[in-house]
Amino acid sequence: MAKLVIRNGRVIDPASGLDKIADVFIKDGRIAAVGERLEAPGAERFDASGRIVAPGFIDMHVHLREPGFEHAETIETGSRAAAAGGFTSVCCMPNTQPVNDSATVTNYIVERARLTAAVNVFPIGAITKNSAGEALAAIGAMKEAGAVAISDDGQPVMNARVMRRAMEFAKAFDLPVINHCEDLHLSAGGDMHEGFESVRLGLRGIPSVSEDVMVARDLLLAQITGARYHVAHISTRRAVQMVAAAKAQGLPVTCEATPHHFSLCDSDVIPYDSAYKMKPPLRAAKDVAELIEGIASGVIDCIATDHAPHPGSEKMQEFERCPFGIIGLETAVGLAIEKLVHTGRISITRMIEMFTVNPARILRLDRGTLAVGAPGDVTVLDLKCEWTYDVNRSYSKSKNTPFDGHTFRGGPIATIVNGVVVWRRDQG
Amino acid sequence: MTKGLLGIEGLERSEIEQILERAKDFQPLQHQPFKRLDTLRGKMVVNLFFEASTRTRTSFEIAAKRLGADAISITASGSSVSKGESLVDTLTTLAAMRPDAIIMRHSASGAPHFLARHLPTPIINAGDGTHEHPTQALLDARTILDHRQTLEGLRVAIIGDIAHSRVARSNIYLLSKFGVDLVLCGPPSLLPRELGEIAPHVSLTYDIREAIRDADVIMMLRVQLERQHEAAFPATEYFQFYGLRLEHLGLARPNAIVMHPGPINRGREIASEVADSQSSVILNQVENGVAVRMAVLERILQD
Repeated sequence: MAKLVIRNGRVIDPASGLDKIADVFIKDGRIAAVGERLEAPGAERFDASGRIVAPGFIDMHVHLREPGFEHAETIETGSRAAAAGGFTSVCCMPNTQPVNDSATVTNYIVERARLTAAVNVFPIGAITKNSAGEALAAIGAMKEAGAVAISDDGQPVMNARVMRRAMEFAKAFDLPVINHCEDLHLSAGGDMHEGFESVRLGLRGIPSVSEDVMVARDLLLAQITGARYHVAHISTRRAVQMVAAAKAQGLPVTCEATPHHFSLCDSDVIPYDSAYKMKPPLRAAKDVAELIEGIASGVIDCIATDHAPHPGSEKMQEFERCPFGIIGLETAVGLAIEKLVHTGRISITRMIEMFTVNPARILRLDRGTLAVGAPGDVTVLDLKCEWTYDVNRSYSKSKNTPFDGHTFRGGPIATIVNGVVVWRRDQG
Repeated sequence: MTKGLLGIEGLERSEIEQILERAKDFQPLQHQPFKRLDTLRGKMVVNLFFEASTRTRTSFEIAAKRLGADAISITASGSSVSKGESLVDTLTTLAAMRPDAIIMRHSASGAPHFLARHLPTPIINAGDGTHEHPTQALLDARTILDHRQTLEGLRVAIIGDIAHSRVARSNIYLLSKFGVDLVLCGPPSLLPRELGEIAPHVSLTYDIREAIRDADVIMMLRVQLERQHEAAFPATEYFQFYGLRLEHLGLARPNAIVMHPGPINRGREIASEVADSQSSVILNQVENGVAVRMAVLERILQD
């Protein structure tokens, strides 16, 4: 198998506390050595001078739409977008058609990924059959087939008893339970964050409390079950505070924030533009401030995109009729650098930690590190390069993003999966 | 006003004043035996109503015709919409036939704003969901001015389902620009506190008596059962606590006027005796609808 040596980059590996100018040598798909002036006879060279060399980034929350919604995205196109965003691994949510609630569907996704994906794809299984919120899905069998977590993302488990049983059962398999926290009764009919802007625009609101009550319920359930519990795309001030309190108690609770939730607030919404419609909705400025605070303090563990492709035919509609969700794989790292690192809120090391070792630990992946023997997944970053996002050149099949035309300073410049360069910015 | 009329929020006070002044010019015409001008001869407007409407659609159509324009009306049932065509496709198809303006009502808030970004044709918003109904606010202001010298310093109470009312939003934006003291009143579930922040000079109360006290104008809103997705209040209690009855009128200023955008639900938000009383200017509002819409159409369509 090919050999690759990445020369002279600033190697930052939060998992091993490494931060120095060094070479990274990848052989047979695995990290063979990290050090200065490594001998690497016969290896392909990648010059990373002036760049940052990090473990491959992991996005633990994406929607790849395959099987069932291949008109919106496929494992192939979504994984190419991931590569172009600096991600070497993605975890795909189970809301496909059929829902990934059995080993059969998990196996299908794993096999399709093996045949078509540009990056590593780890399926997330459903909590309940058909994500209907009633009977538990085949959780153990999905784990054996490769599922790394369970979630009914988008269809939150409303029945507290079912959620309790899921948390208890998941413990047998050491799987984290991920919930999209939204009380569907409180949010029913809502299109954007409930607040001044929704009242002004005459749009029905999705109140913060619809997230807060679900987070509160789940944290109480996590406490009595001892389950590993993860809040998806946390968006409200109170939810962050509750997770902080749960962590302070020592509960095995984690959470993620999306780049759009820490980059934009409800007053940034271009009125009635569906590129700004997602769940949770863009919250108020005070929520955004709390998210950034939570990212800086460590309450928020990871940055995940919730990449949610929808074709133009579905998003090009009246605001209240178009589906929720935006794509995000190609803009996530650029936004994190712009909004978190360049602003001085967190260090580049902390940012890398949120994209690598933290999701790897939550999902028990043997990745997210440049330790010798780990899979040869590497993300190369440039903190200064200027680039403009053109969604028409996106690898994703869908174009629903509020960041089209945005100029970034800093971003990924190369993505290396199992020792193979799968994407380079200078080669498109 | 650059192109079309999407809402009151973005209008300058001076633009509103010009429309209201011009509407006054058109008022006498409504009583003449020959009612047709040829200001807009050769122009064509399309009335596209995705939601049931009698008075607004008819009023726009009459306004267009009295200015000499051609007007055609399309209702959603029987159109391509029922064949599954998207709103954008329906509108771009219509726009390709080169009407000079499209007058549109839609149940989705922001539908005309969304379309205006994709179409060259001026769009006049005839009511979008629970957002705005700009010509209603203009005709309401015209009606108030027919009974008062100026809007400045008046106290106006708007009572009812404010949360779901496009009439309320447009009136709040308009009256606030003229320094009107606005009191919004309704049950708390229909009166989000953020409404107090969408414009200056706005206060909120849950007590109808407090709202009416010293009011110059009492604007009642229809209870919009079709826009409520749940019981925001017990239906049986609405009239008792938020319906306007004769006994309330004594709390208002002498000669206070009672308005309602229609259609009225007698005995639900307004007692029959109030709707038919001397204080009621409900039919004046309807009459002014034509004059105001003529002023709006002339402004948008005249070369």
